[in-house]
Amino acid sequence: MPSDVEHWKSEAYGNEIRDHLFEFAEQGYDSIPDDEHDAWFERFKWWGLYHQRNGQEGYFMMRIGTPNGVLNPGQLRVVGEIADEYARGPGANPIFGESYADFTTRQSIQLHWIELSDVPAIFEKLESNGLSTQQACGDSWRNIVGNPVAGKDGQEVVDAWPVIRDLNEEFKGNDDHSNLPRKWKVSVTGSADGSGQGDINDLAFEPAYKRIDGEDVVGFNVRVGGGLARNEPRFARDIDVWVRPDNAAAVAGGLSALFRDNGDREDRYNARIKFLVDEWGADQVRETLQDEYVDFELETAGRDVREEYTYNTGGGERNDLVGVHEQKDGTNFVGLNVLVGRMGAADVLELADLAEAYGSGEVRLSQRQNVIVTDVPDSELDAFLDEPLLDHYSPDPSPFMRGSVACTGTEFCSLSIVETKNRQVRYARWLKQNADLPDDVDEFHVHLSGCTASCAQPQIADVSLRGMKTRKNGEAVEALDVGLGGGLGDEPQFARWVTQRVPVDEVPGGLANLIESFAAQRENGEGFREFVARHDDEELDGLVEPEETDYEDPMMHNTKMTWYPYADEDGMDASPPAPADD
Amino acid sequence: MTTRLRVLDDGAWLSVDDTRRVSVSELWRVDAPDVCECDLADLVVENFLAVGVDGRTVTARVYGQCIVCGTKSTVEWVPVGRIVDGEFADIDRDGVLSVPRDVPNEPAAAEPERKSG
Repeated sequence: MPSDVEHWKSEAYGNEIRDHLFEFAEQGYDSIPDDEHDAWFERFKWWGLYHQRNGQEGYFMMRIGTPNGVLNPGQLRVVGEIADEYARGPGANPIFGESYADFTTRQSIQLHWIELSDVPAIFEKLESNGLSTQQACGDSWRNIVGNPVAGKDGQEVVDAWPVIRDLNEEFKGNDDHSNLPRKWKVSVTGSADGSGQGDINDLAFEPAYKRIDGEDVVGFNVRVGGGLARNEPRFARDIDVWVRPDNAAAVAGGLSALFRDNGDREDRYNARIKFLVDEWGADQVRETLQDEYVDFELETAGRDVREEYTYNTGGGERNDLVGVHEQKDGTNFVGLNVLVGRMGAADVLELADLAEAYGSGEVRLSQRQNVIVTDVPDSELDAFLDEPLLDHYSPDPSPFMRGSVACTGTEFCSLSIVETKNRQVRYARWLKQNADLPDDVDEFHVHLSGCTASCAQPQIADVSLRGMKTRKNGEAVEALDVGLGGGLGDEPQFARWVTQRVPVDEVPGGLANLIESFAAQRENGEGFREFVARHDDEELDGLVEPEETDYEDPMMHNTKMTWYPYADEDGMDASPPAPADD
Repeated sequence: MTTRLRVLDDGAWLSVDDTRRVSVSELWRVDAPDVCECDLADLVVENFLAVGVDGRTVTARVYGQCIVCGTKSTVEWVPVGRIVDGEFADIDRDGVLSVPRDVPNEPAAAEPERKSG
């Protein structure tokens, strides 16, 4: 029997939801029938709107999909202005203030506390500036990711940006691909650093050379069925296909249609294509694609460059894109660290000013929740780096600041089990003061995800933290499972969950103990990932040693059952009413 | 009068009449056979697999793990609330929750499939 969501989608979904959304916005939040909330909130996702969690009735998270994380000149200012004007609600965050934008691990932007009545005005402003929320969520093609500096990167094998633009044009609003069994995440990467993180996507195009008529032709190898969600992480499987950039849309559309027609619509848990690849195997995926979904002969896989991958690997030159890097046109891109991806609206606007003053005005977003200012000429570089804003959003941050990634958490998200963003800020600050990495280790990735949905990509970090609960002194408290040794690269590896249910106030001490052991016991300058690889789970569990320290966690209680964890009166019975329609 | 019961948000919530009422991450002391070796499982609820009714009692099939011994299990039809005069009312989930003895519970190595909205 098809799931409830399939039933709702069969009645209305895709582009047409926009009209309903505008109608509800005009008539007021209360015009959504009480007995249709679940259905409409599910449908609204297709246009980038998630109803926030219990206790925040009538407020929405809005996701803006920025393909490959590219914000053209002027677009960051638009985001900042919308955040400043509309992303304000009854709760203020003690670290980030009343209004902010979140840069996500899929190179998108999320705003919170959006009211339904403001949606038409926000859409008008976004769309008149070339931005959109269309298909940012829901069961369809999501925001396409890749190396954010595609087209500019000096290390590029092939410029993936035109391919990404074409795919976005073709599959956004495309009725044939608008109602898939589940989300469809695509990565297209043209650089040799692996920064598109294709391995954790439903569909990955990775740079590869193919010998054709005696010449090396540059294109993409295709992998299918990666993803981290639930307790079922998978790396994308090689289906032995190489495509020319010109054929990328045909193959991508064929695979999306294959998923549309064969994915499981009865059980959403089993709906992602990773499970279909499990069931069929890569060979059958290739055969079905060839026989039923493309009208040309597929090439076999070409020679890839995976051995050169460094992004999120724990070794090599480029574990992220933070810092100053030379572009192929002789100017520079400057990656700035945005701790847990959240930036106050005033800072967003100031950064937009700086990007215009020192670069072209363009800004790009990375999958490590950071921002990149592009096109900065050598002559402007020193002055840009001296800007006070960069004291906070540093191109040369502490490893603990640089390595921090966190999802939305219980502040707004229905799925999360624990508070995340503010907690990871507190952790990073404490570790910076209290933990000593070896001098030659300048990258240490700690990813905190509030639940098994894995939006912070915890399984591919040096230290993976995942929301849990436990009891401490008899009281239920927020806790974290600790995983170690994950990372991408030629030989990607998921973190191993070695220590379970650590009360959140004992995690920083545990990590400091782990780092101390790593520093003392590492062999010949080995990296953390290698260090983890040569220890078994029991040994690693022993090295974590959870411990209370002077770190104090103000959010030990069940933040999920507050209306807003940072409110003075945080109980559900103090929840604000749904916003008035004005 | 019909009460609408469904699992939402990929198993994170039980929705009753289009309102999220019971969430994962609660700690339940569950009196159920075969969940684990403990006399009383102290179960952190990680996912709702299905929602059902037994008379006026709303029940849930859940996946979780005992925080005392670490055993992961599916637990069949834990009572989570009651329908009183057509409205959902919480039962005291801080107390001991007893599940039917006639449905076997199973240790689960991996998160099982669910039928969710």
